[in-house]
Amino acid sequence: MNGEATRLGASGGGLAELRQSVAGHGAERTFRAICLLALLLPLLLLATVIVDAVADGAARLGWGFLTSFPSRHADKAGFLPALVGSGALMVLTAAIAIPLGIGAAVYLEEYAKRGRMTALIEMNISNLAGVPSIIYGLLGLELFVRVMDLGRSLIAGAATLALLVLPMVIMASREALRTVPNSLREASLALGGDRWQTIRKVVLPMSMPGILTGIILSIARAVGETAPLVTIGALTYVAFLPDSIGSAFTAMPIQIFNWISRPQADFHANAAAGIVVLLAFMLVLNGVAIWLRLRLQRRLEW
Amino acid sequence: MVEQREIRSSEERVTHSDFALVMTKSHSGVAAEEELEEKIAVSRLEAWYGSNKVLNGLTLGIAKNRVTGIIGPSGCGKSTFIRCLNRMHENVPGAGVKGKVLLDGADIYDPGVNPVRVRRRVGMVFQRANPFPTMSVRDNVLAGLRLQGARDASTDEIMERALKRAALWGEVKDRLRDPATGLSGGQQQRLCIARALALEPDVILMDEPCSALDPSATYRIEELIYELKENYTVVIVTHNMQQAARVADRTAFLLSGELIEYDATDKMFTQPADSRTEDYVRGRFG
Repeated sequence: MNGEATRLGASGGGLAELRQSVAGHGAERTFRAICLLALLLPLLLLATVIVDAVADGAARLGWGFLTSFPSRHADKAGFLPALVGSGALMVLTAAIAIPLGIGAAVYLEEYAKRGRMTALIEMNISNLAGVPSIIYGLLGLELFVRVMDLGRSLIAGAATLALLVLPMVIMASREALRTVPNSLREASLALGGDRWQTIRKVVLPMSMPGILTGIILSIARAVGETAPLVTIGALTYVAFLPDSIGSAFTAMPIQIFNWISRPQADFHANAAAGIVVLLAFMLVLNGVAIWLRLRLQRRLEW
Repeated sequence: MVEQREIRSSEERVTHSDFALVMTKSHSGVAAEEELEEKIAVSRLEAWYGSNKVLNGLTLGIAKNRVTGIIGPSGCGKSTFIRCLNRMHENVPGAGVKGKVLLDGADIYDPGVNPVRVRRRVGMVFQRANPFPTMSVRDNVLAGLRLQGARDASTDEIMERALKRAALWGEVKDRLRDPATGLSGGQQQRLCIARALALEPDVILMDEPCSALDPSATYRIEELIYELKENYTVVIVTHNMQQAARVADRTAFLLSGELIEYDATDKMFTQPADSRTEDYVRGRFG
């Protein structure tokens, strides 16, 4: 034993060599530092935005801000129509995008034959997810507002946002469907289930956590969208709450944009407060997505 | 001496005479078994995946209330063969089948036959236990009935009977509402057997049902298979020759999609007629 150690030590300072390789040499360290910086920089920027918004908007944040209508007087102006508008948009967008998105994903994953046609469709869905949102806005303006004559209404806005998130909903749902092992589909078929029964009773229940997570994250993105809503003509000053899906509306990002483009500094505080509310809204949605996923996944543990 | 064995159930004369022909060839020198009623008659069955031919015209009969073992090296087509017996094979993209499979004399590949109906009469147990993870033990047993939309009150009785037949009732009767995935591997496989039994099939196909199980769980399943043949016709694919020797009454040896030999299990393992069978059962290849 002792002799061995001596021999090791004798063979050209082996231990020192080993130490060096554990600590890593220069290039390794530099690379690690760059990666860490790449991680910290966006986090730092995000923190700055939040701190800045909270600092600027703190004075305006309060129950009154959430329950008042906009006003010419910055200190009386509230966020209520924007909050309600965004909430209504979210619900309507989900109502349109969820059935369409899941339906399309189920067709592509469970029914469609693999071939050139499906490959083309799949490629285009991925491409659509990358199309700038203002293009969707223009499409919505032409199709929903003008051709279908829905006007500058909640439903036109929701339909536009639904188009925007549809590719993401489809892709997330497909990913989730793919995680269902084929052996379970086979089990169901072998028990005399047909395709539809297999999808409804076996495949969808199992892929629900993934599908729901994808949907919520997509919808959260839609709630933060401004450009398509500006394009289809959401109002910027709304002193009423939407009373039907055909009603005119405003939304949080629009209201924030409106306030920030005013010259008076007081309105800028309103904008900051609006940003805090919007961020909180998104955070809650993301939180719900995570909670749902964990909860449903626990039920599915192998 | 050769063919005292008589083939009953006989609307399809052509097929049966084909079958008898092959039986004569591979059966040479068999001591006559007791008369067996034929449950399934397979005739000139071919199966392929895309351009890859897996079965090259198999013809054999499967006896009612007996355990038929299918052995052969990996890739010989034994799994594909039993998947053809309940029309599961065609679910794989690019897969195709030709030939006849008569279940009680009726061809399950007749164009008018609904594969879903076939699968209710011919149940299947897979290599890996695959209980539905979203369902409880109870719901798993009843899954087949539920899939078909059954909602009558007698379901608890059906569930209990199926679990008893699968020799699982005693172990799970207090855990019926627990998730099925909480059971051990062997229990999960017996649950899958119970799930198949709950549909009251005539035939149970088993595709290497013990290959993912430890020896004691394997022993329990083998015991169960022995009991099942009272009421069911069992076809079991196995990679394990000792298992075939233990559970099967008759054994078929497949090689590269051909039926090499099909005989009483004892005969197959002690004095096979074909040298390739002998090499395989002696463990010289595969």
